[in-house]
Amino acid sequence: MKRTKFWAWVAAAAGAVYFLLPLIGTFEFSLRARRGVYSFDAYRSVLSDTQFQSTFLYSVIMALLTIMIGVLIVTPTAFWVRLKLPAIRPVVEFVTLLPLVIPPIVLVFGYIRLYNTSSFLPLTGSSMGTNLLLMLGYTTLALPYMYRAVDTGLRTLDVRTITEAAQMLGAGWITILARLVLPNVLVAILSGAFLTFAIVIGEYVLAALLNRPAFGPYMVWMGSNRAYEPAALAVISFAVTWGCLGLIQLATRLAPHTRAKR
Amino acid sequence: MSFIQLNALAKQFGPTRVVQDFSLSIPKGAFVSLLGPSGCGKTTVLRMLAGLEQPTEGSINIDGRDVTSLKANQRQIGMVFQAYALFPNLTVAENVAFGLRVAGKPRTEIEKRVAEMLDLIGLPDLGTRYPFQLSGGQQQRVALARAIAPRPRVLLLDEPLSALDAKIRVSLRSEIRAIQRELGITTVFVTHDQEEALSISDQVVVMNGGRAEQAGTPFEIYNAPKTRFVATFVGTLNVLQGRVDGAAPGHVEVGGTRLPLETQAPFGSNVALAIRPESIRLKGTEACDIRVPASIGEVSFLGSVIRIRASMLGADVEFDIFNQPDMPPPIPGSQVTVGFNRRDLLMLEA
Repeated sequence: MKRTKFWAWVAAAAGAVYFLLPLIGTFEFSLRARRGVYSFDAYRSVLSDTQFQSTFLYSVIMALLTIMIGVLIVTPTAFWVRLKLPAIRPVVEFVTLLPLVIPPIVLVFGYIRLYNTSSFLPLTGSSMGTNLLLMLGYTTLALPYMYRAVDTGLRTLDVRTITEAAQMLGAGWITILARLVLPNVLVAILSGAFLTFAIVIGEYVLAALLNRPAFGPYMVWMGSNRAYEPAALAVISFAVTWGCLGLIQLATRLAPHTRAKR
Repeated sequence: MSFIQLNALAKQFGPTRVVQDFSLSIPKGAFVSLLGPSGCGKTTVLRMLAGLEQPTEGSINIDGRDVTSLKANQRQIGMVFQAYALFPNLTVAENVAFGLRVAGKPRTEIEKRVAEMLDLIGLPDLGTRYPFQLSGGQQQRVALARAIAPRPRVLLLDEPLSALDAKIRVSLRSEIRAIQRELGITTVFVTHDQEEALSISDQVVVMNGGRAEQAGTPFEIYNAPKTRFVATFVGTLNVLQGRVDGAAPGHVEVGGTRLPLETQAPFGSNVALAIRPESIRLKGTEACDIRVPASIGEVSFLGSVIRIRASMLGADVEFDIFNQPDMPPPIPGSQVTVGFNRRDLLMLEA
């Protein structure tokens, strides 16, 4: 028993060192912008950079739109599959996993080929069209996380009985989705949303190849042109991701009707 | 005059026909139970009545109107599910108010009705609680209040007591019946528990293989079962195999003994006779018009009653006698005389 515990601690410590050491190293390096002393100069430089502000804002807006579209597509789909088409659930799961298998580079080349200026739907011909294409691409990339999160949320509900109970009380589909399904899977949706947010904020390939002013390409540009600022940016984006994970936890704790399940 | 009329309902899932030729007439304000074993189609009938399943054949009329093609949310029917089905994100009061909100009732009316309903189910102070903060019995009461709050025309109960423990089940079924009587709401109750069905229903419909085997009052169902299935499913029954005696008209030969019984069955045909355990007597057999020898098998002491297995008329039978401290139970293996009355023997069809 004691021996097992010892090795468990060793494994945990090894994991922590492997995970934390590079982070500590990056953070330490990001503080060395001023010769001889630790300072937050690199952070100051990054945060005051107008390009940082505009690209970060752009990515945040894209992330929020992606989340919105993702929720609107995934929640009714997952609900409907659970309620009416349970037999095709493995197929839907497989489809939602495809973005993990197909590299974003393949996806974006497909987009460019399909939606270029000489195609039937020339989305890349305008900024708005390219933004739309990028957002839909992000939605696809986030699909495995969003679908899984919502589906897991629905699993904790007796979807069929709750839907039937609501129908018997006169409710239609929109009422059922808006008043019962969404609030009950809100925590799961938020988990999916924060994961989506983290993915979109750091995404490079789609944004770079579609030539959009997103945060991912900005980080790469910064990495190839500056010394300490990239490290500061890495720490900032890491903090954003961890902030998202923290918010997932907070949302789970604050939802009153989920307290008993924990 | 029937309030609910089910006409030759049938339901097919793929190649399986789960309900066939099911007709039933329910008067207004009646409490009707659909009773049968698992898979007999009782829940499917209820779901078709609710509008949650579309019948493959047949029609459903409520209050003179054909509702067969109406959706569940248009039928004004309340339903209570086995799994409570309370909305976990809403409080008790919000759950009860849900149907009224959907119907667009004014806030003051909703508040008044919710308070009334919570009073009716005896939980006036639990309106602010969430479902997970309630016991199973309380959750099912709330589900009942939620179902009847919008004043439905019909109330459907799909095995609402199955998930509860025995003691709560008995008390809640009495409460359900009392509420149903108070509101005068036409109710259809699905159960596989015969005691439950017999104790609270005006009418019981025994189902088997997707069909209604027999419909009648609990008294009729228990005392005059029409088929072997009903006789054996409802209560305990001893079945004896006999043959209509051609040599002695008005007699049936059972296990080598001629019993004086009138029957419409042709001479020489096989018949099945059944007798309830409480109709067989061990003591005081002089009051019975048929007396036969029996060999005592197993004797089980159950407190107020003693259950005896015995062999008589070529069959193994089971019967109960009351425990009387001054009269010890018979000894296994002993030979005794048991008696019963001719009128207690049931002639079973099929």
